[in-house]
Amino acid sequence: MGKRIGMEVSIAAAEAVKQCNVDVISAYPITPQTHVVEHLSELVANGEMDAEFFCVESEHSALSVCVGSEATGARSFTCTSSQGLALMSEITYIASALRLPIVMIIANRALSGPISIWNDHSDVMSIRDCGWIQFFAENGQDVYDQVFCAYRLAEDKEVLLPVIINMDGFTLSHVIEPIELIDQEKIDQFLPAYKPVLSLHPDRPVTMGGIALPGIFTETKKAQEVAIQSSMPKILETWKAFGDMTGRYYNPVETYKTEDAETVFVIMGSYGETASVAVDMMREEGRSVGLIKLRLWRPFPFEEFKKATLDVKQLVVIDRAVSVGARGPVASEVKAALYGEDQRPSVYNFVAGLGGRDVAPQDFIKMVDKAEIEIEEGNKEGYEIYGVRE
Amino acid sequence: MTENLNVYAVRTLTQKEYFSPGHRACQGCAEALAVRMVGKALGRNVIVASATGCMEVVSSPIPFTAWRVPWLHVAFENAAAVASGIESALKVLMRKGRIPSKKIVTIAMAGDGGTADIGLQALSGALERGHNFTYICTDNEAYMNTGIQRSSATPFGASTTTSPAGKVKMGQITWKKNMPAIAAAHNIPYVATACPSYPIDLIQKVKKAANIEGPAYIHILSVCPTGWRSAPELSIKLGRLSVETGVFPLYEVENGKYHLSMDFPQLKPIKEYIKLQGRFRHLTDSMIEEIEKRVHKEYEELKEKAKKGV
Amino acid sequence: MTKPESEWTWKELPPGTTILEPGNACQYRTGDWKTLKPVLNKELCIHCGLCYIFCPDMSYALNPEGYFIVDLFYCKGCGICAKECPTGAITMVLEKEEEK
Repeated sequence: MGKRIGMEVSIAAAEAVKQCNVDVISAYPITPQTHVVEHLSELVANGEMDAEFFCVESEHSALSVCVGSEATGARSFTCTSSQGLALMSEITYIASALRLPIVMIIANRALSGPISIWNDHSDVMSIRDCGWIQFFAENGQDVYDQVFCAYRLAEDKEVLLPVIINMDGFTLSHVIEPIELIDQEKIDQFLPAYKPVLSLHPDRPVTMGGIALPGIFTETKKAQEVAIQSSMPKILETWKAFGDMTGRYYNPVETYKTEDAETVFVIMGSYGETASVAVDMMREEGRSVGLIKLRLWRPFPFEEFKKATLDVKQLVVIDRAVSVGARGPVASEVKAALYGEDQRPSVYNFVAGLGGRDVAPQDFIKMVDKAEIEIEEGNKEGYEIYGVRE
Repeated sequence: MTENLNVYAVRTLTQKEYFSPGHRACQGCAEALAVRMVGKALGRNVIVASATGCMEVVSSPIPFTAWRVPWLHVAFENAAAVASGIESALKVLMRKGRIPSKKIVTIAMAGDGGTADIGLQALSGALERGHNFTYICTDNEAYMNTGIQRSSATPFGASTTTSPAGKVKMGQITWKKNMPAIAAAHNIPYVATACPSYPIDLIQKVKKAANIEGPAYIHILSVCPTGWRSAPELSIKLGRLSVETGVFPLYEVENGKYHLSMDFPQLKPIKEYIKLQGRFRHLTDSMIEEIEKRVHKEYEELKEKAKKGV
Repeated sequence: MTKPESEWTWKELPPGTTILEPGNACQYRTGDWKTLKPVLNKELCIHCGLCYIFCPDMSYALNPEGYFIVDLFYCKGCGICAKECPTGAITMVLEKEEEK
């Protein structure tokens, strides 16, 4: 059992990166990611971490640097939010196509406009299709733990895909939580040094990033798709091995009090904890409510999700971003996942917590109330932005 | 024929080719020739990060590659950033003992668009951070790969597909951006201009750049017969004329001190250079005079800087 | 022999569609692009090597006799070698159909 201390989650994340013996870190500051890169720079400056840490001139370059260094065989890390992610989004698609196991933490923050520094999921929703494996962390311990899992998973010879860890900006990044640190010897066993399958070196000259003519492009995308789909067993294996080491077992879909629940929330990220308080409050009043926490966003865990929603009458999906002109992105994907099932729950979609607006347990209760009434009245596919002042 | 008797101990150069034939560049492409010569200068212990552009596309149509050295292409504007990542990785991996320590040169290669326009930010950042790499800009004076559109390196008066010579506008209306000066302003140890028409000079400069500690910038004028509307067999002659008329002087800036690589008692008239290129055929005599005045002015300024450096 | 891109299956692609064989572009015949081909008059050749160094397609190689000989498999017929030869030893002639 490691030490358990109160620390700011950003600092814990940086400590995890240090424990992973990362080789290259490229940094560009953007609120609310700054504490992660600041702490990393301190660790390097104090000699507590041996890495090439440097500040680049934009987020686009931050990820480009990681692509160059990872392709050369160095374990690389960067961290960003919102506009930074939007700026580097071009490179995210390239990094996954090149099969480079970069790990990136995103301190989720609303995408402009208008400009906002506060937490929602619109930034990561804008790169749903980029081909990275994507996790959503629920609390500080989760963020810390996922860094190790991410590198081990990403660098697995049969995976070789970059991984994003989503950490809610401010709501997680800037809060102090109890974190149980893992002993370095355990980490060294769990995560050995990175041994690339292919890398840039004069002893074996390879060409990476060539141009694909129409006759071959489809095959390259098929290969990439098969890679991410086949990563699912490896994800489960990694989380199992992590659980065996620490006693904390993570799953792609986690359920809380969903046995015999008629109404179930579907939530990603730190709202999961707030919602579980609401679920407890409602259960005490005898209401049949539960919670599904979607920890794995890409590859979408279709099988696990269908299993978790068996026998559920209604899902209340909380989106923290709007696909403007469509509806909530998570709700859309949930519906798509369940479309082929004979028994489908109704899906009520709330968009809540945009741009850092607080959502309390009482709000979750109100959402369930509203959803239940609406569904009773025959509105099985409700959609609304919660808490808008009319 | 007799004009090209200076320069040459060509047979002393290595016979090895690090850029293979079978690439898809146009006939007479001096940019491919520049890349070939860079390969001869550097040998096998390099890693190249290329930007999107002519050289990237013609050299890497999957599943074929003309590169006999390790090569990575990511995007258009980030050759310098990718090279920064490669250089840092080599540094840290050798320091941590994960790969054997030996000299491996990091090269960033981009065209004029990928350097002076979209790539300027990444280049400036990499030069400021002082990475130990060499940045090579192969300048064919327009966005040639996408169809001859103008860039900030397109010379004054040149007709391109986005700065065409028409009834109201006469081609490019701005002067060519001075990229070597911008690189030199970053106070890096070595900046040079080169041209494949002077192969020994180019190869020596690339070797020098690869051997200094810290960032180096080399600007190579690459004649493009397709985009300049010149005959393919004239690519070497045009490169020579660009130097002899003072349009593209060959020089080095070592730690801020300028040295001319070659000087001429008298610069050739610019008309000799311009008349061989279709992209200039609309120029009036007064425009040519204006261009020549400016070229001579800048050449004198360069000579002044070089004088101070001695 | 590398297959052309339209014949690869997705399973055959290396990770990241990396090309593993350096310089395999040399299997691609750019020689059928040309209309004119260079012809050498050995009498005039002074073995200076300019044709060799100025060829953008690396088509010249030194033969045992000491002459630089063009490889028509790659030569695109640009004419740089003929233009730059200091003694005029190389002339560009039309390549006949049956020679291709």
